[in-house]
Amino acid sequence: MSIYQPEKECMDRDEIKKIQSEKLVWQVKRMYENVELFRQRMDAKGLKPEDIKGVEDLSKLPFSYKQDLRDYYPYGLFAVPLKDVVRIHASSGTTGKQIVVGYTRNDLKIWDECMARQLVAAGGSDESIVQVSYGYGLFTGGLGAHGGAEHIGATVVPTSSGNTQRQIQTMIDFKSTILCCTPSYALYLGETVEEMGVKDKLSLKAGVFGAEPWTEDMRKAIEDKLGIKAHDVYGLSEIMGPGVSYECECQKGMHINEDNFIAEIIDPDTGEVLPEGSTGELVFTTITKEAFPVIRYRTRDICSLNYERCECGRTFIRMNKPTGRTDDMLIIRGVNVFPSQIEEVLLRLGANVTPNYQIIVDRVNNSDTLEVQVEMSEDIFSDDVKSIEKIEKTIKDNLKSVLGLSAKVTLVEPKSIVRSEGKAKRVIDNRKL
Amino acid sequence: MFIKQISVFIENKLGKLSKLTDVLGKNDIDICALTIADTTDFGVLRMIVNDPDKAVEVIKETGMIVKCTDVIAVTVEDKPGGLTHTLETLENKGINVEYIYAFIGKNKEGATVVIKVDNPQEAVDALGPENNIELVDAESLYR
Repeated sequence: MSIYQPEKECMDRDEIKKIQSEKLVWQVKRMYENVELFRQRMDAKGLKPEDIKGVEDLSKLPFSYKQDLRDYYPYGLFAVPLKDVVRIHASSGTTGKQIVVGYTRNDLKIWDECMARQLVAAGGSDESIVQVSYGYGLFTGGLGAHGGAEHIGATVVPTSSGNTQRQIQTMIDFKSTILCCTPSYALYLGETVEEMGVKDKLSLKAGVFGAEPWTEDMRKAIEDKLGIKAHDVYGLSEIMGPGVSYECECQKGMHINEDNFIAEIIDPDTGEVLPEGSTGELVFTTITKEAFPVIRYRTRDICSLNYERCECGRTFIRMNKPTGRTDDMLIIRGVNVFPSQIEEVLLRLGANVTPNYQIIVDRVNNSDTLEVQVEMSEDIFSDDVKSIEKIEKTIKDNLKSVLGLSAKVTLVEPKSIVRSEGKAKRVIDNRKL
Repeated sequence: MFIKQISVFIENKLGKLSKLTDVLGKNDIDICALTIADTTDFGVLRMIVNDPDKAVEVIKETGMIVKCTDVIAVTVEDKPGGLTHTLETLENKGINVEYIYAFIGKNKEGATVVIKVDNPQEAVDALGPENNIELVDAESLYR
């Protein structure tokens, strides 16, 4: 397989460290000047930009958190004037407001490059026909994959998500060679291809899948059903979007684009940096990002880093697939969901107390399902079935608008949600991942 | 002239209904009439019982959600067309019936029809002896 930018992706480790140091110093200085929150946190630690001389000083720097994006919504953490921002993306925050990120023209170029590296690692070139079945919009998936594919000169087919039968017809007719979407959607497409009996009509060779957790079993199933090699791509809006790290043909972990992002693994409780190879919370520092840079951003993803040299020849370290979260965030059909968002919707019912509730997540026919069970209370009960159904619908509609996801809402009898030690278990995730 | 009707939220699950009837039975509460309005996931059980206040109390103790609603009841002749006169009388006054159910109880003269309307007092005023409609009072129903 080819390597898109061997001069960067296969850089000498010392060279990577040198570049990281230079860019980190630059980033800290400009953030100190332009981002009020960062300056306050530096001052609180008695740190000046001059104290940061290279990557060896990284651990001195303060952490940043998802909550910051909410506190400084929407543009308060941008390090450039808005006139330099050419794109906005957003994803769900822990409550209410979504979190907003921005990109300068140069940020988009770097993002395109990062995704281009992934596509080339998956066999892509200017001869590829890349079908992007990620959702387009504020979600970074669609436009992220799109930008990377255009960057390598591939022919982009921006189908966005949904309308499965037509997706497959397009795939056949347009002779798409690379598919980009969430892994669960890829599996669903694969199953539909199987049902339609059209696997031999496909021209697909590879897929780039991310934005939600998936297993090796799922990978095998997708590869088998679509007749492709499936690559895992990692990213989050706060850092950039898909392409923060990418999987090569070896399929043994995702290479982190270290010329743009520095990764650390820390103990989520103490914040201490853990020794090489340890499993802990993944933390990123964006050293080239202009519009929305972050220093030591707590991803809440739990994983480990692999410093061994990869057989593919790339020198970028690899991260293993995240195995969990340090917070209660759920990823449902690629959408980030916090239980607190659901609680907020229930609060709006106007009852005196928040109804007791439980979130049940499952995977049925390879698609995630979300059910919210709400205990009936005297405040909302009525003799009239219509008004109870109206409450159900209100909850459902509000969940849809807050989460951007359809949920099944079930009203249940009081005390029917199991409590352990008096406290109800809020989330039951039956997905086997 | 109002009848206290008991409404209980019941999940559509095995054993939920018998749990309720068991509690009533153990507390010596007699169900005179019963109906369920059901949806896919839940139902609202509506009952006329001989001691509504006690019923509410004992149902509440089980943790179930219960409400008392005022309804009216009329006796109609147990023959074809028996109900029409009552409904027409309400209709003529512009009173909309939310739901209705009937039972043949201890009342030997005919069927007892329970009617839920938005404003029960209005319905009581509309019906009555001058229209040749026999409203059932609570006492005789609960006995």
